[in-house]
Amino acid sequence: MSDASASALPPGRPRRQPFVHPESLSLDSSFFSSPPVNFLQELPSYRSIARRRTNIPSRDKQSGTLLKPTDSYSSQLEEGIAENLNSQSIRKYALNISEKRRLRDIQETQMKYLSEWDQWKRYSSKSWKRFLEKAREMTTHLELWRDDIRSIGDIQCTVYPISSSGLIYFYSYIIDLLSGTGFLEETCLFYGHYTIDGVKFQNFTYDLPLAYLLSTIAYLALSLLWIVKRSVEGFKVNLIRSEEHFQSYCNKIFAGWDFCITNQSMADLKHSSLRYELRADLEEERIRQKIAERTSEETIRIYSLRLFLNCIVLAVLAACFYAIYRATIFSQEHMKKEIDKMIFGENLLILYLPSIVITLANFITPVIFARIIHYEDYSPGFEIRLTILRCVFMRLATICVLVFTLGSKITSCDNYSCELCGYNQKLYLCWETQVGQEMYKLMIFDFIIILAVTLFVDFPRKLLVTYCSSWKLMQCWGQQEFAIPDNVLGIVYGQTICWIGAFFSPLLPAIATVKFIIIFYVKEMSLLHTCRPSPRQFRASNSNFFFLLVLLIGLCLAVIPLTISMAHIPSSKACGPFTNSNTTWEVVPKTVSTFPSSLQSLVHGITSEAFAVPFFMIICLVMFYFIALAGAHKRVVVQLREQLSLESRDKRYLIQKLTEAQRDMRN
Amino acid sequence: MGGSGSRLSKELLAEYQDLTFLTKQEILLGPTGSPACARAHRRFCELLPLERRSMEESLQARVSLEQIFSLPELKANPFRERICRVFSTSPARDSLSFEDFLDLLSVFSDTATPDIKSHYAFRIFDFDDDGTLNREDLSQLVNCLTGEGEDTRLSASEMKQLIDNILEESDIDRDGTINLSEFQHVISRSPDFANSFKIVL
Repeated sequence: MSDASASALPPGRPRRQPFVHPESLSLDSSFFSSPPVNFLQELPSYRSIARRRTNIPSRDKQSGTLLKPTDSYSSQLEEGIAENLNSQSIRKYALNISEKRRLRDIQETQMKYLSEWDQWKRYSSKSWKRFLEKAREMTTHLELWRDDIRSIGDIQCTVYPISSSGLIYFYSYIIDLLSGTGFLEETCLFYGHYTIDGVKFQNFTYDLPLAYLLSTIAYLALSLLWIVKRSVEGFKVNLIRSEEHFQSYCNKIFAGWDFCITNQSMADLKHSSLRYELRADLEEERIRQKIAERTSEETIRIYSLRLFLNCIVLAVLAACFYAIYRATIFSQEHMKKEIDKMIFGENLLILYLPSIVITLANFITPVIFARIIHYEDYSPGFEIRLTILRCVFMRLATICVLVFTLGSKITSCDNYSCELCGYNQKLYLCWETQVGQEMYKLMIFDFIIILAVTLFVDFPRKLLVTYCSSWKLMQCWGQQEFAIPDNVLGIVYGQTICWIGAFFSPLLPAIATVKFIIIFYVKEMSLLHTCRPSPRQFRASNSNFFFLLVLLIGLCLAVIPLTISMAHIPSSKACGPFTNSNTTWEVVPKTVSTFPSSLQSLVHGITSEAFAVPFFMIICLVMFYFIALAGAHKRVVVQLREQLSLESRDKRYLIQKLTEAQRDMRN
Repeated sequence: MGGSGSRLSKELLAEYQDLTFLTKQEILLGPTGSPACARAHRRFCELLPLERRSMEESLQARVSLEQIFSLPELKANPFRERICRVFSTSPARDSLSFEDFLDLLSVFSDTATPDIKSHYAFRIFDFDDDGTLNREDLSQLVNCLTGEGEDTRLSASEMKQLIDNILEESDIDRDGTINLSEFQHVISRSPDFANSFKIVL
């Protein structure tokens, strides 16, 4: 019966093949059969999980106490917990309600033996916790659109927009409203309205120019802080653990099912999307393995093909940029004609020409990019990401091209017209207002297009699909899918326009807020009534980080034209709060020179090179230190994992030997 | 809502608020303005026969699993049977009392800590109740996720590839099974878990 050889199996016990680590030695776990389960459950490590004491050291208040409510242990666990009293709330124990009641009674009887001070501490911490909970409940009510997002989420939890003279008067009113000219130009919507005079109060003067400049800078800085704060939360997960891709299998399997789903059709949809995702990921892994096994000639062929296709992409981009450049120049030159000489609508067309060209480019290029990327032979996940990246770049770069075209027109002079003021004051009396008007027009046009597409394309499409489903065309085309990336890119585009325009048109952020609120409700209606979910679902978690990254890129791109215009292009002499200074930025040094001399020398010291260069070097050193620390942590994590698996093998080997020895002794 | 006085007393409400994660939720919320425990009690009473809907009876009564499965929140859930078995305190684990029901809602509520959620998730996914997730548990789990028919399952090779990947990501000590601490470690790095492991009445 007893067999001294280590490879003997106890009779009747099936061999369980544990997962074999590819780098393990030959004498590894598969060589031994698995030890009996009840032996493993007697080990101290298992029991400590089952009956963990509430030893909470002062630095680690977060760890909850988790106990397996097995009947034989319940009396022991209560004593174990009651021994170490703490202010741990009872609900954090993984027990059912009757056991929690018993626990609470034990705790309360123990409390009587405490000193008065401890009792008061316990009581006050409990009331404080209750107060915090109530406050948190209150603040969740204030969350904007929480109920709306919940109702969308009810579908799915996770989830990640007259007489003829009278007629002409009305017509020009509409044109003014749409293009920011005419009566709108003099309102506080645009830069030109503000004057250099400060507002006089009793004791001091409110310096309007300085306030104008600083409020723009503060607005941009706040946006930056908010984006960085939100994206750091998503980035922390991936910092220590080096993963190639965000979506890991465990996340999909263990957190894949939405427990909020209440109706069967949604559940079927979720089942099929999970199947699709899992199969797609497994397929992608197989493809990646195949790619790794490519021969060198194939690799050369693929890389040269990719180079060629990237050149085509660059050519497409260059063509779009050139089109926008020409459209902007044409629009600026023909904007000032008289209204009577125009054919109906031509004036609007000319005013909106840059916006129209940009929108057309943003419609066409994603289609072209999607076609091109098929030939580049990437893995499916990478394809999607690269396409999105190219579309993002396209959208943001078009705005930059527009702004730089304007800038070049403003500072371009023929012969002598620039010498006086530094900019082309013949054409641009008040160039900041003109730039503000362009941003205003972009924003209005974007808003109109989104509304028009939603109302005039999505709803009729849904009607056609519902009532004319027998047509072949309808069956091919199908119902609208709510494409999350496109909608989020639209939001980023609108926000970038708002950031660039904030300096030239101070009320533009307010208009943008109203616009986004309206678009949210319109898109929500469209989503609930006309769309079907797409088969490839976007996980909220990794998409959040990606879209915050895109927003950050938009902010950086928006800051560049602003800095150039603030620091280099001379401000208008005919309008605005900066008529007295050469550039907009000059207001700040002027204000600093009015400070007391000690403060002045301090400011001068901080902004001088003697301070900046060592400061920069120290920051670099600190950054290198943190990078080295992160690398060291990664290495330690890898070593500890290997050590853990070695320990586990040792443990199983020893238990195996022990059971055999026991058996030998018995026989 | 049964008219037979099935309202919880204030003391009982306060006690349940202390012992579970269910919040009171102010009247401001309108139609859902009643406290979460009271709503849970109302829904539980709807499952009982009419004559047992009084206050004392409802706290003692037990409801069979089939009746719990008829709740819309659980009807479409492929894990409904495992959930009910984990929270049931009866010896045969085939019925739920009101307090078991409250425990269930408390663990799945918005405010429960991630520790509690991951502990109970481990128990729900442990189909053979042996304290670890082995390959059979994982393959049953995947089959629940992909659908409830025969034709919705993954092929054998796909399943093997998938389970190999899962074990590679989560099995730290390489023993072929996932124990509670390894599971909690993986869940703590899973960004979607907190949002998906929720049931709201």
